[in-house]
Amino acid sequence: MGAGHAHRLYRHGHSPVHALPPHTKLAAVLALVVVVVSTPREAMWAFAVYAGLLALVAYAARVPAVFLLERLLIEVPFVAFAVLLPFVAEGERVGVLGLSLSVNGLWGAWNVLAKGTLGVAASVLLASTTELRELLLGLQRLRLPPLLVQIASFMVRYGDVVTDEMRRMRIARESRGFEARGVRHWGVLAKSAGALFIRSYERGERVHLAMVSRGYSGSMPVIDEVTASRTQWSYALALPCAAFVVCLLGWTL
Amino acid sequence: MHAPDGFIDASVSAAAGAVAAAAVAVSLRGARREQGGTSRSGTAGSGGELTAPLAGLVAAFIFAVQMLNFPVGAGTSGHLLGGALAAILVGPYTGVLCVSVVLLMQAVLFADGGLTALGVNITTMAITTAVVAYPVFRGLVKVLPRTRRSVTAASFVAALLSVPASAVVFTLLYAVGGTTDVSIGKVATAMVGVHLVIGLGEAVITALTVGAVVAVRPDLVYGARGLRQKLRLRVDGELVDAPDTTEPEPVGARSRKGIWIGGLVTSLVLAGFVSFYASADPDGLERVATDHGIDEKAREHANADSPLADYGVEDVDDARLSGGLAGVIGVGVTVVAGTGVFWVVRRRGTDRKADAAAPGDTTPGNAPPGDAARSDASPSDTSDTGV
Repeated sequence: MGAGHAHRLYRHGHSPVHALPPHTKLAAVLALVVVVVSTPREAMWAFAVYAGLLALVAYAARVPAVFLLERLLIEVPFVAFAVLLPFVAEGERVGVLGLSLSVNGLWGAWNVLAKGTLGVAASVLLASTTELRELLLGLQRLRLPPLLVQIASFMVRYGDVVTDEMRRMRIARESRGFEARGVRHWGVLAKSAGALFIRSYERGERVHLAMVSRGYSGSMPVIDEVTASRTQWSYALALPCAAFVVCLLGWTL
Repeated sequence: MHAPDGFIDASVSAAAGAVAAAAVAVSLRGARREQGGTSRSGTAGSGGELTAPLAGLVAAFIFAVQMLNFPVGAGTSGHLLGGALAAILVGPYTGVLCVSVVLLMQAVLFADGGLTALGVNITTMAITTAVVAYPVFRGLVKVLPRTRRSVTAASFVAALLSVPASAVVFTLLYAVGGTTDVSIGKVATAMVGVHLVIGLGEAVITALTVGAVVAVRPDLVYGARGLRQKLRLRVDGELVDAPDTTEPEPVGARSRKGIWIGGLVTSLVLAGFVSFYASADPDGLERVATDHGIDEKAREHANADSPLADYGVEDVDDARLSGGLAGVIGVGVTVVAGTGVFWVVRRRGTDRKADAAAPGDTTPGNAPPGDAARSDASPSDTSDTGV
C-alpha cells in the first residue's frame, strides 16, 4: 500500500468543498438526492437547476468537468435501460421519427436518466472531494453502527491488498500459459476465487490476532473526532436547501 | 443490478431502506454469534472483536471477486454477484453484512447504485440472496449424503435460486414503486428471464468456488460445518475414534435468549416479505397470462421487449418460458423462504446444542495460536493494522 490511502476517485485539493467536514458533506449529498428523487418529473427546469447547482459545487471544488463526465460513465447500463423504456411502456403512444413510442415511457426514461445522472454526479463529487478515511469517519459521525463502520473500514483498508492478491494470481496463471476463453475455464478461475477467499479469511484471522495482541476489544478508539461548526453545516446544507426550494417550486408551478 | 436514483419512487425507497436497516441490525447481532463460533478462543463472549476484521476482509474479497471476469465466450464475460457465496462461506448474517457493506461503499465511493436506492439494492442483493440461498443450501446439505460433492451441489442450487429470487423481489419493488408504467408481467418476464441465465452462471461459479474451498479448508465453509468428520486415529492398523479431549463449555442462558429474540425478529421481518409475495404474485401471473392472451399485439411487444435481446436471451419462446417460470419461482421462493426460515431458526437451536456437546471440533485445521501470532510479525499486516 505504498501508494497512499487515497482511492482512485479522490482528487486531492484544497478547495472549500474539500475542507468541509465529511459528515456534513455526506448529509448534504443524501439530502440532495432525496430532494431530487422526490421532484416531479414534469418539472424539467428543476432538474436543469439541480445540474446547475452541482456544476457550481464542482466549480467550487475545482473538479474539472472532464473528470466529472468521465465518472458519469458508470451509469451507462442504465442509460441503455432508459432508452428501452419508451418502447416497452404502456399507455398513450406518440410517433417520433416513424417510431411508436409510449409517452409514459418517454417520461419514465427522462425520469431515470435525469435523477440517476444527478445522483451519480452528486456521489462522484462527494467521492472526489473526500478522502476514504474521512468518509468512514463521517459515516461513523452520522451514527452508522460502529461495527458496520469497522467492517467498511477493514474492507477499504484491505480492498487493495485483496485485489492485489487477485492480480498476482492472475499473473501467475497467465505466466503459466493459461488464458480464460470460455466456460470450460471457469473451474480454474473458480479455484482462484476459492484460494482468494481462503487467503482473505486467513488474513482476517491474522489481523484479528494482531489487533487483539495490541489491546483491541471490539471497538475502535476514536482519536480524531470530527466536528463541524454551525458555519460549516450551513455551507454544506446550502446545497440541499436550495434544491429543496427548487423542488417545492417544482411541485407548485 | 445496481438500481440508480430515481428508479424506484421515494416512498418505496424509504420503506426498502427501513427493511434493509432492520435486516442489517439483525445481522449485526447474528454475525457476532456466527463469528463467536469460529473464534479460536472458543469462548462465547468473544466474537464481537473477531467480526469486524473477518467480515471486513470477506467484504474485500467479495468486492475483489466481483471484478474477476468469467468469460462466457464471444467476447462477453460475466462476474459473480456473491450474495449466495458469502452466505454459504461465512454464514447468512455475516454474508448480509459483507454484501451490504460492499454495496454501501460502491454507492458512496464509486457512485455505483444510487444513495436513495441503497435500501432497494441491499434488500434485493444482500438480504434476498442470503435469505433464499442459505436455507436452501442447509436444507439440501441435510437431505443429501454427507459428502463434499453434495456441498457443491447444494451451493449450485442455492445460488441458482438466489439470483432470480432477487430479481423477483426487485420486480415486486418495481411493481409497488416503479416510476414508469411498464406492465409488471413484462418487467417480471424480462428481469426473471435474464436473471435465470445470470443465475445459472452464478450457480456454476459459486459451486466451483465453494467446491474449491471445501477441498482445501472445509472448516472455513460455514454452511458445511455439520459435515465435519470426526477425528479418527490409526492405532495398530485400525481406525479408532479419537476421544474428545476438551470438556463441554457451559452454555449461558443469555445466549439462548438472544437466539430466540434474534430468530423472532428475523422471522417477523421475513413474514412481512413472505406475505408481500403472497399478495402480489397471483397478480403478476395474471398479467403475464393476459399479456400472452392478446396474441398479435402481445407478440409484437414481446419482440420489442429487448432487455432480453440486450442481455443475450433472444427467442420469444424463451421469454414465454421464463414468464411461466417467473410464477413458479415466485411461489417456490415463497415456500422455501417460509419453511426455510423456521427451519433455520430451529436448526440454529440444535446447532448450539451440538456445538456445546462437541466444542473440540470447532478448531481443527487452524494453526496453533503461537504460529499465527508469529505470522503477525510480517510487516505488511502489522503496518496495516495501525489506524
